[in-house]
Order: sequence, then structure tokens, then C-alpha cells
Amino acid sequence: MKPVDFQFTQPATLAEATQMLRDTNEEIKIMSGGQSLGPMLNLRLARPEKIVSVSGLSELREVNQGEDFIEFGAALRHAEFEDGALLEPISGMMRHVASGIAYRAVRNRGTIGGSLCHADPAADWITALTALGASVRIVSAQGDTRDIDMTRFMHGAYRTEVNSDEILKSVILPRYSSSAVWGYYKTCRKVGEFADAIAAWVADREKRYSRVVFGSTAGAPIVSVLLGRQIAVTGEVPSNEVIKAELARLAPDLDPVKQHLLIVSLQRCTKQALNHD
Amino acid sequence: MLHVFEVYVKTDKQNLPGWSGEVKTGIGACVTRKEDARLLSGHAKFVGDLKFPRLLEAAYVRSPLAHGHLKSVTIPEEYKNKVFTAWDLAEVLPIRPESTLPGYKASEQYPLAKDKVRFVGECIAICVAPTRAEAEDIAEQVVVDIDPLPPLVNASDAKSHDAPRLHEDWDDNLFLTTAFDGDLAFAEKNATVVIEREYKTARQCMNPLEGKGTLSYWDEKAGQLVVYTSTQVPHLIRTGIAQHLQMDQGQVRVIAPDVGGGFGYKCVLQPEELSVSWVARKLKRPVRWVEDRREHLVAGANTRQHHYTLKAYADDRGKLLGIDAEITVDVGAYSVWPFTACLEAAQAGGNLPGPYALEGYRCKTYSVATNKPGFTPYRGVARPGVCFAMELTIDAIARAVDREPADVRRENLVPGSAMPYTNVTGKFYDSGDYQRSVSEATQAIGLEAFRERQKEARVHGRFLGLGFGTFTEQSAHGTKVFASWGLPLVPGYEQAMVKLTPSGSVEIRSGNHSFGQGLETAIGQVASEWLTVDISKISVLMGDTGMTPYSTGAYASRGMVMAGGAVSKAAEELATRIKIHASHLLQCKAEDVILKDGEAWSGVASVDFADIARAWYLRPDQLDEEVDTAGLEVTQGYKPDIDTGVFTYATHAAVVEVDPDTGQVSFEDYYVFEDCGRRVNPLILEGQTYGGAAQGIGTALFEEVLYDPSGQPLTSTLADYVLPGAAELPHFRLEHTETLSPYTRHGIKGVGEGAAIAPSGAVLNAINDALEPLGVEINELPATPHKILSAIMVANSPE
Ligand SMILES: Cc1cc2nc3c(=O)[nH]c(=O)nc-3n(C[C@H](O)[C@H](O)[C@H](O)COP(=O)(O)OP(=O)(O)OC[C@H]3O[C@@H](n4cnc5c(N)ncnc54)[C@H](O)[C@@H]3O)c2cc1C
Repeated sequence: MKPVDFQFTQPATLAEATQMLRDTNEEIKIMSGGQSLGPMLNLRLARPEKIVSVSGLSELREVNQGEDFIEFGAALRHAEFEDGALLEPISGMMRHVASGIAYRAVRNRGTIGGSLCHADPAADWITALTALGASVRIVSAQGDTRDIDMTRFMHGAYRTEVNSDEILKSVILPRYSSSAVWGYYKTCRKVGEFADAIAAWVADREKRYSRVVFGSTAGAPIVSVLLGRQIAVTGEVPSNEVIKAELARLAPDLDPVKQHLLIVSLQRCTKQALNHD
Repeated sequence: MLHVFEVYVKTDKQNLPGWSGEVKTGIGACVTRKEDARLLSGHAKFVGDLKFPRLLEAAYVRSPLAHGHLKSVTIPEEYKNKVFTAWDLAEVLPIRPESTLPGYKASEQYPLAKDKVRFVGECIAICVAPTRAEAEDIAEQVVVDIDPLPPLVNASDAKSHDAPRLHEDWDDNLFLTTAFDGDLAFAEKNATVVIEREYKTARQCMNPLEGKGTLSYWDEKAGQLVVYTSTQVPHLIRTGIAQHLQMDQGQVRVIAPDVGGGFGYKCVLQPEELSVSWVARKLKRPVRWVEDRREHLVAGANTRQHHYTLKAYADDRGKLLGIDAEITVDVGAYSVWPFTACLEAAQAGGNLPGPYALEGYRCKTYSVATNKPGFTPYRGVARPGVCFAMELTIDAIARAVDREPADVRRENLVPGSAMPYTNVTGKFYDSGDYQRSVSEATQAIGLEAFRERQKEARVHGRFLGLGFGTFTEQSAHGTKVFASWGLPLVPGYEQAMVKLTPSGSVEIRSGNHSFGQGLETAIGQVASEWLTVDISKISVLMGDTGMTPYSTGAYASRGMVMAGGAVSKAAEELATRIKIHASHLLQCKAEDVILKDGEAWSGVASVDFADIARAWYLRPDQLDEEVDTAGLEVTQGYKPDIDTGVFTYATHAAVVEVDPDTGQVSFEDYYVFEDCGRRVNPLILEGQTYGGAAQGIGTALFEEVLYDPSGQPLTSTLADYVLPGAAELPHFRLEHTETLSPYTRHGIKGVGEGAAIAPSGAVLNAINDALEPLGVEINELPATPHKILSAIMVANSPE
């Protein structure tokens, strides 16, 4: 379980990093916290000739804000969110989600951008940020940037919008009002494990926003507009039957246990959120 | 919040020979472990820490297929002298453990596969390079050509007559079939309750923190192959390597350095120990291989997998009248040396009745060859399986007769008044009060109050459950028992040396080994007891076959009884000699000398051990002419008065809550009442109990090696093979009592394995108690949330 021979590089600036991606025909892998790439390297599932480390790039560690958004650099670590060291677009949710990822040792290194780019269907940020209506900013090898909404970011298990010569620069979240509510529920076999099922609900009356997202399915997180609307209107936890029918429509291939766990997760997360009020 | 373990001690002080009660670091003292200073501060030396000039690291080419004919191994030209295969190792004998059990079939395992591969992960070629990464680069370039054969992925398929043969020269796939043919006529005639169940335990990996590891080099001066290896049984491995490499034992020295956990995984000869040693001898360069976690989870998936069909007969009070069982052990491809493929089934068949006073017993066992790594004894050996089956059966009977499981359990146990007791399979239970362990557990949990709470909780849709698991554990069983299991190697007298050094400190040498279980400290305490010397002045040397007397090593919970007993005997003799030497210096009779605080006293005069040692080693001119020339180094051999082992026992009680919507199990309480005879070091014992119980909870709820239909393991990383972490474990409460064994020195019984035995019974009984109102009963390990939830969903579905 040792990686193939590779060259490790640490560019000093984002421009230098994109240049490296542009100027070569070597097999390159970007490394952020290395918490997913590391195991892939050791198992020789990833076999790059060169690794470009982005974890030290100041451009990827910034937090910028505007009146209605906050932009988090892709190389900010789970632990930094967990510890409340960063601005909060919605009270408590980013901290809560971060604290449920893996173990502290992994959170000390793993990054929000790395997690998104890895795109494990069972990962937490993918689902949480979809529920929060986030978008991501991607920089190309030529230095151009484009923004992609989270609902279109993940193409499938371990596949995303980010091409191999692009870098995810940041995550942009809308700011929520102080009356916004959220629920996030993850079932997993033990503390620190990837989820068996995730459900998230975020709602902000002032912004007329209410979104339900299911995660840890076979691919990208599943958004339910219908359930989002229903919970907003009724202010109640949806019934088994309603969620089941909606899941049967959105994801007909789920096995019964997974489906059941998603139902329970949504009921528990909405209950959490409604009690918050 | 700090997790504080509660320990209550119920001890009856005994006046034993050697029990002075004054030695602060003697038997019974809570001495913190000496070895922890190095183990916990990064100063231990494991195989991976050793440094040698010109060291080569090894990586293996392993079989990618479960079953097939190995047609060729192609090595790129440039690596010809860096890669070795079975054809190079032609003179190395295959591992072919024999057994005297009638009908046993021997398997042949070449250290590097020859002709055939029989499990995914079987070694095919060894590659060496200056670093492990480079060795793995080479391994990737080696091309193996295998003609696939149909894989035997589960024992029930492999058992069938038309199944393909794993070993060509066998007429079926059975290593061994045994039958215990007791009389069930009475049971069949008088039973009012008959319970039939099928139970399954999962295949597991033992997961010591440090996996296997071995480093060999040729010592030109000694004319010896020196093998550092991560093992529990260094002297056995020396014998094994010499036999299989066809060398004289004098040409082999095995050294077990610090070992990061064993659990049984390291009590057998490893194929890698042979191939690494062969290459080191051939190249005359040090060669090391260290198992990584992936290799462990694939090629080390070698334990625990049993299947039971069981019929129990009872009367309307739940009194057990008879058991009729069939036990199938999924052995895997090969028999391990020296314990063979059949120790597991022999133990299972012999131990199923466990602590119960049972008259009618019939049991057939099948040891089935499959395309998996060869079965290796793991902490508790077979008993976690049989205890699980038996304990669930007791609860099923209790439910059938509508009585409290604790009562039915207690009434069926061998009563203390019957001790010593010979059970239906001929096991000789030396001492103890099994029934009391259930009473204590019932009381500690607060059974009646619990039932009230349980009822109340159900009203609110919460499912609480209580379960018990009771076991006896044969420990330190000896010569006759191992001989009866047909093994090629049988333990006899355990040797130990205790000596006074020239400066008056004490040195112990034992061929047993300490690999995390604290033996290093505990045997020091035994010497401390006899010699009245503080443990800080006692050094312990273990694991080096070049420096220690022969011992078959650490397994079968024998270390404390055997090595402790041998040290006790040697230290007693050394104490006598010290008194004789002291009598010369004190000008008195040896009988008048007593030892106290590391000094020899006669009346008000004293000499300390340093003076005594100095006189013998450095200033013999001070001694009389008629001095005892045997000196101050003593080696003694010891075994208990009986060969049949001494029986530790315990009752575990678990209180769980099952979340019926997710299948998650959480602990509310976990209580252990245990009796392992004399507690030499209560702290170490607690540690052993927590650790064992944690592993048992892994067995109960988490750990499971899964295969696809082609025999590919699906659990090759720790993301897929789930181990319990601190957060998943309960707050253990322990209580102990001490019923001293009448047959061992100091009344010691073994304790290392015990706590791993009961948890799956206790926890699954608790789960089933919780889920009874839903009509759900889980009889399969591990009880994962997925399994529990599926069962609830099935029970809830309309048809
Ligand atoms: C034991 C363990 C348990 C875990 N449990 C959980 C869990 O419960 N929930 C959870 O969500 N996650 C879990 N993880 C994953 C963890 O969150 C990782 O931190 C995360 O998936 C990857 O982040 P990273 O910064 O380490 O990325 P890396 O490992 O460095 O990279 C991951 C992938 O993303 C690419 N990449 C990284 N950064 C960029 C970038 N800026 N632009 C373009 N491509 C990029 C890399 O090339 C690589 O392919 C766990 C990990 C471990 C080891």
C-alpha cells in the first residue's frame, strides 16, 4: 500500500498552480487536504506523475463577503468550520455539518473544496451545500472563472463539473436571515463514518426559500421541490407515505432499507428544524 | 466528559504460600505496567522500527483469484534476482500440519503458491527492493497466469458432494468430521419445549494494531538465521522455521521484539516467515516484510465463521434436558501450523454445553475447506461462537416457557456445590460459583426496575432490552488436552529463569511473550512477591529464543498461569538459595533467614541482595568453602497439578436501546461479573476485560468480512470492515470475585481471552429482548443496523 512514484509540487500562487496544469501533458492530480486522495494513492487507484498541492494557496484560504453572500476558499478545512472560526451564512449549520465529518484528525486536514471535488455520494458537504443553495467557483487552466450551482455540480458518483485541468477556487453561499431554519440528519454506523443516509432541510421565510435534499444515494444529492414546498406551507413533519411516494418518483431504484433511512432522516431533520423555531 | 471505568472488587484475601501482603509490588498489587513507558511514548521497538544496513523490503505478488490453477509466473528480465517464486523455494517444505484425529485430512500450503491458488491474497511471489514502494513497483510488473476454477465461497456449498475439490487428492472438502454421540432419549421423551434455531457468526479479521511483520538476516559469526518476527510463540516459530527450511534448530534464532497485539493471529507459523527467511539466507542480506492493513483484511480474514443448527429440549420450567447440534466451521483453504484446521471444531464441539449442567448432548462438527484464508484461533477460540449459540438458545427457551431469562439461565448452570464438576463432554470444571455470577449481574442491573422502565418505554415507542451472556473459559489447559486434539505439538512444562544479577537486582527470562497483555509486568510481580524486591529492580527478558528457556508461548490464556507459575517456582527456589548465601554472610542457619524489602534478615542483622550477589559473583573469597555451588541463577519447569485447565467464568449483562427506525443499537449499561481466580494485577485484568469486551462487541455489532460470489473480499479497507470505536462502546462496569484454583500456583486462572466470549450472546439477547414486541429475533452476527432494520421491515410487512 505505497503510492507510485510521483513528483510533489507546492505552487506559491493560484496563477502558478493553473500554469502547471496548462504547461504539461503529465498526469497531474491536485491535492488539497489529502484525506481522500491519500488513500487513493496508497491503494494505487490514483497513479499521478505529479501532484500539485493547493492547500497552502492563500487565494483558496480566503473568506470574502458581500451583502447577500459569503465566499469560502476551497482549501478551508472542516475543522475551521467546526470551530466557528469563520463567518456563518446561516446560524450554526456549517459548524454542525463540519463536526459530523469523520474524526478530528481527518477534519484537521480535509477541506471543503476537496470534499466537493472528490464527490463521494455519501459525503456531507455535497448534500449540505446543495440544501443551502450554494454555488462553486471554478478556475480554468487559462485562468478564467465560472460559477456553477450546486444542483448542477455533481454529475454522479466521483464525477463533477471540475475538469482535470481546473481548480475549484471557492464555495459561495447566500446569506440567510436570522429567522431561517435548518435541519440536517445523518445516519451512519458509527461516529466518523460516511453516511448511510442524509436528509437536509433549509428554509428562510424572508427569502421565500425552502429546500429539501436527500444525500448518500447512488449519485448526486436529490432535491425535492415538492417536499420543500409542503413543509414550508404546513410547518409539519411530512408523513411516511408522502415522502415514500416522492422518493419512489425521484429515485425509483433505491433499495427498501435505504429508502426507509432517507424517510426517517428527513422526518428527524425537519423535526429538529421545527423545534428550533 | 471523562469516561471513568468503575471497578468494584469483592476479594477474599487468602493466605497462600508466598502471600506476605507486605510486598508493595507483589501478587495482587495494582502496579502500573512497566512496558507502557516505552509503548506509549514511541520508544518501543517493533519489527518495523528495526534498522539494519543493506536492508531489503519485501512486497508480495498475491493471488487475485479465489481458486485456480497457477500456470505461470512471468518476471521481467531486469527483476530476475529480485523476485522469487515457489520454483526458487523448491527445498522449502510445504506447511502440512498433521493431526492424529481419525479421518483428518492434511492440507499442503506452500509458502509461495505452487500449482494452485486457493484464496484471494495467497502469496505467489516475493519481491525485494530497498524500499517497500519500489518492491510494490516490481510486484506490479510480475504477471501471473491463472486458470480460474469455480470458487467455494461458503461452507454449505463446499460441503455438498458434487462441489469441486479444493485439494485434489481429497474425496470431499472436509478437513474433519467429528461426532459426540450422547444419549438424547430422555430429553426427547420428557421435553415439553423444543427449540430449533439456526445461528451464524461472521468471518472476521483480528486486527491487532501491528499486523504481521518479519525481518530475517544471516548471522555469519553465529552461523545462524536470525528472525525477528511479530509473534506470540517465538520458540514454536523457531521449530517451525527450522523444520520447513530443513535446518537444524541450532541454526535458527527467533526473536520476538515488541509485538503490537496478537489475539491468536500470531500464534501460528506464517508462510511469510518462511519466504522472507529463505530470501535472506539466499541473498545474505537482511530482508523485512511488514503486513499492511489491506493485506491483513484480505489475506488475514481467517477466523470466527461458524454455522449452527441446534435443537434444544427443555421442560416447562425451562430446564435444559438435551442439545442436538450441528456445527459447521468455514475453515478456509489451509490448516495452520501447529494448531491445525480442526482446533476450532474440536473446541466448539467440546465447549458448546459451556457452563450448563446438561445431560443429553449430541453434536456433529464439520471443518469445511473453502477458498478463504486458513482458520486461525482468535481470542476465545470457538467459544465466542458456541457461547453466542448457547446463550441465545437459553433466552429462546425462557421466552417459550414465559420466564425471566436470568432465572432460567441461573437454574441451568452448574451449581457451586457441585464443584469440581465433570461435564457431559468430560470437561473438568475445577472451581467457581457460576450461578452467583448471574445473581450478581441481575442485582447490579436492577432487573425488576429495568422491566418497569422497559414497559414504560414501550408505551412511548422506545425499545429497551436486557441480555445476559454466561460462559466458562478453559485456560492454561495442558499436555493431555492438546494431545487429545491431535495436534502435532503439545505444550508441557513451562520453563522460566530467575536470577540475581551481580548488583543484586533481579532478572527474569521467559520464553513466553508479552505483546500488549501486560505479562511483562505481571510475571515481575510474581518474582517480586517471593523475593520481596520492588518491581523497579526486576527486569524481564522475553521473546528471544537465543536467551530464554523453551516455552511454547502465549495462547490459550496460559501466560499468567504457566509463565507466572514457572517464575513463581524459580523465584521460590532462588529465595531459598539467597537465604543459604545470606546465612554465610550473617553467620547463621539458613532456616533462620527471612527475606524482607529486598534484604535478608536474621534477627536484627541483615544483608541486602547487592551484598549477597557481590559475594557470589565478585568476591567469592568472602564465602565459606561449603557454599552452594548451584549459584544464583535458577531455571525451573512448571505445569499445574492437572492438565485439564482451570476454568474462568463470567456473566456479562447488556442493556441496549434499539432504534426501530434506523436499526441502531446503543448501550445504556454493560456489566461484567468475573472470576478468574487470583488477580495478580487487578489493573491489568481490568484492561484485559475492557479490551476483550470491546472486541466481543465488534463481533456482536460491527465486524464482518464479506465476499462476492467469485470469492473476492469486499471489505479490504477499514472503511468497509467496520471496527467499534470508543464512541460505540458502553461504559463498562466490572466486578470481580476470586475463587482460587486449587490446582495452580497462587490459585491463578487465565483471563486474557474470556471477555471476548460473552458480548455477542449478551448483546444479541438484549436486542432480541428489545424487539420481542415487534416479533423480531436476530440470530446472525453481526447485528448491523441494516440487518435489524430489514428484519423489522419484514416483520412489519403485511404478508
Ligand atoms: C476515515 C475517514 C472518514 C471520513 N468520513 C467522512 C464523512 O463522514 N463525511 C464526509 O463528508 N467525508 C468524510 N471523509 C472524507 C473527508 O471529508 C475528506 O477530507 C474529503 O473527502 C476530501 O477533502 P481533501 O481536502 O482531503 O481532498 P483531497 O483528498 O486532497 O482531494 C480529493 C479529490 O479532490 C481533488 N481536489 C481537491 N481539491 C481540489 C481543488 N481545489 N480543485 C480541484 N480538485 C481538487 C483531488 O484531486 C482529489 O481527486 C472521510 C475521510 C476519512 C479518511
